[in-house]
Amino acid sequence: MDYSQFLAMKQEIGLLVVFLLVFLYDTFASARATGATGWVAVGLFTIFTVFGFCPMVSEPSEAFAGMYSTNAVMAAIKNILNVGTLIIMIQAIRWAKQDVVAIRRGEFYELILLTLFGMYLMISSRHFLLFVIGLETASLPLAAMVAFDKHRYESHEAAVKYILTAVFSSAIFLMGLSFVYGLVGSLYFDRIGIAVAESSMSLMLIVALAFVIGGIGFKLSLVPFHLWTADVYQGAPTPVTSYLSVISKGAAAMAFLIVLCQVFAAAYADVWEWMLYALIILTITIGNLFAMRQKNMKRFLAFSSISQAGYIMLGIMSCSELGTAALMFYVLVYIFSNLGAFGVIGAIENNTGCVSMEDYNGLYRTNPRLAFTMMLAMFSLAGIPPFAGFFSKFFIFTSALSQGSVAIYILVLIALINTIISLYYYLLVVKAMYISTEQGPVPTFRSAGSERFALWICVAGIIGLGIVSCFYNSLLSIAGV
Amino acid sequence: MDITLIYYLVPAMIMFCCGIYGFITRRNMIAMLISLELMLNAVDINFVVFNRFLYPEAMEGMFFTLFAIAIAAAETAVAIAIIINVFRAVNNVDARDLNKLKN
Repeated sequence: MDYSQFLAMKQEIGLLVVFLLVFLYDTFASARATGATGWVAVGLFTIFTVFGFCPMVSEPSEAFAGMYSTNAVMAAIKNILNVGTLIIMIQAIRWAKQDVVAIRRGEFYELILLTLFGMYLMISSRHFLLFVIGLETASLPLAAMVAFDKHRYESHEAAVKYILTAVFSSAIFLMGLSFVYGLVGSLYFDRIGIAVAESSMSLMLIVALAFVIGGIGFKLSLVPFHLWTADVYQGAPTPVTSYLSVISKGAAAMAFLIVLCQVFAAAYADVWEWMLYALIILTITIGNLFAMRQKNMKRFLAFSSISQAGYIMLGIMSCSELGTAALMFYVLVYIFSNLGAFGVIGAIENNTGCVSMEDYNGLYRTNPRLAFTMMLAMFSLAGIPPFAGFFSKFFIFTSALSQGSVAIYILVLIALINTIISLYYYLLVVKAMYISTEQGPVPTFRSAGSERFALWICVAGIIGLGIVSCFYNSLLSIAGV
Repeated sequence: MDITLIYYLVPAMIMFCCGIYGFITRRNMIAMLISLELMLNAVDINFVVFNRFLYPEAMEGMFFTLFAIAIAAAETAVAIAIIINVFRAVNNVDARDLNKLKN
């Protein structure tokens, strides 16, 4: 066997090295030195993130008889996920210092790196066997992370709901794959693509694709498959919730794009176009309608992230390079906006233990900087012009419209109307922080240095990504428009 | 009697539907886990049968089944660990009791 082909997997190998170093440090460092595990992990991961931007990483290459391949687009989406993971790791440092968590804090960083490895495999696979392995490597450590607060009841309940629905969805997904295998006789993406293009549309292909879309839809929490989302997001520890809502979702969206637009591209008009129309309309609308009623901030952001997943799916509709670039940019902006919101929620939860929306009344008077950051994040999520969220929504609508049919115009119109509806509940938070006065606000506190640092990065991203056009231009050139 | 593809696919499909039915109706978490195993094993049968009858020249389906079995075992291990944790917290494995996460 030719071992040099492992060198094609530069980012995966680098990530494994970081994982092993963190693991060794956590295991063998003296009791006093393990307090720094979080910073060691952040430091190593920063080096790795910078390494990901080297030009040699993005050279196209493949390994294992074509089962694994990487190119500039995949390297770019992995870099985007790296940046998000780095912010979450910095945000988690304060949380990991609590007494109940401190003894297991190394495990948190190790599990986060392992799930990221699974997502890398999922994005880079060219064969459904590797894809399934990546999918499971991404979702099983996440279940352990959701259950991480083992002295809190909510964490258990969330973990049970997550693991059972995750296994259920992967069983459905595997059933769809077995039908695909029965039809085609191979699990290589390119061979399936050729076979789907040659054969006429069959009922079995429709069933298989419905199962496959259902399976990945669970990971993305699209609407008929979203029932686990709110409970899991509410019960999981806040850093894990932010990881689930941005990184896991971003990786699943990219994998979805690859599976639909490369493997089943030939079945676009016949089979999955109308499925996606229904999914997107349901996801955006129902996510919005339920978000209005929520009183718990984490639950509220869960429904908001469901409707955001619907917008991400619009990037898949056009099935073009423009759509790929718009999807990557949307995920990047979504990472900064959502992590800004989760960073504020985490800071307030760590210092005062409050997570309900009523506790945010009058936050501006006691903690003006946190309130301002939260406001920027909400404006960006809602898509108000000077902030990055407006541009990402604009680009994703443009890419969907480039497909040009009448139906897509109606779809984008529905999405636009929903953007206006979403303004209502995002501004509810802003109103609570700036205008409401009826309750005593949370006391003034000074958040930890790591939390402030992560929030500064998020604010810079929310303001900078929209105005500085080189980010979107470079993503466009990477996608090959 | 000639044993053809359909003699394997129909039982596998029945197994899969039993798994879905059990997952939705049973309220004991261990029973739900068993139902999930039924679904995963039905998938394994499907892969092996397609490989054996339709595409016997390559072993792709068989290998996929081997990996799927290993993944299913890992999933069960994690799920059992979490269920044991829940049992220690509430002295019960009934899914109906896990309803405290609401507004």
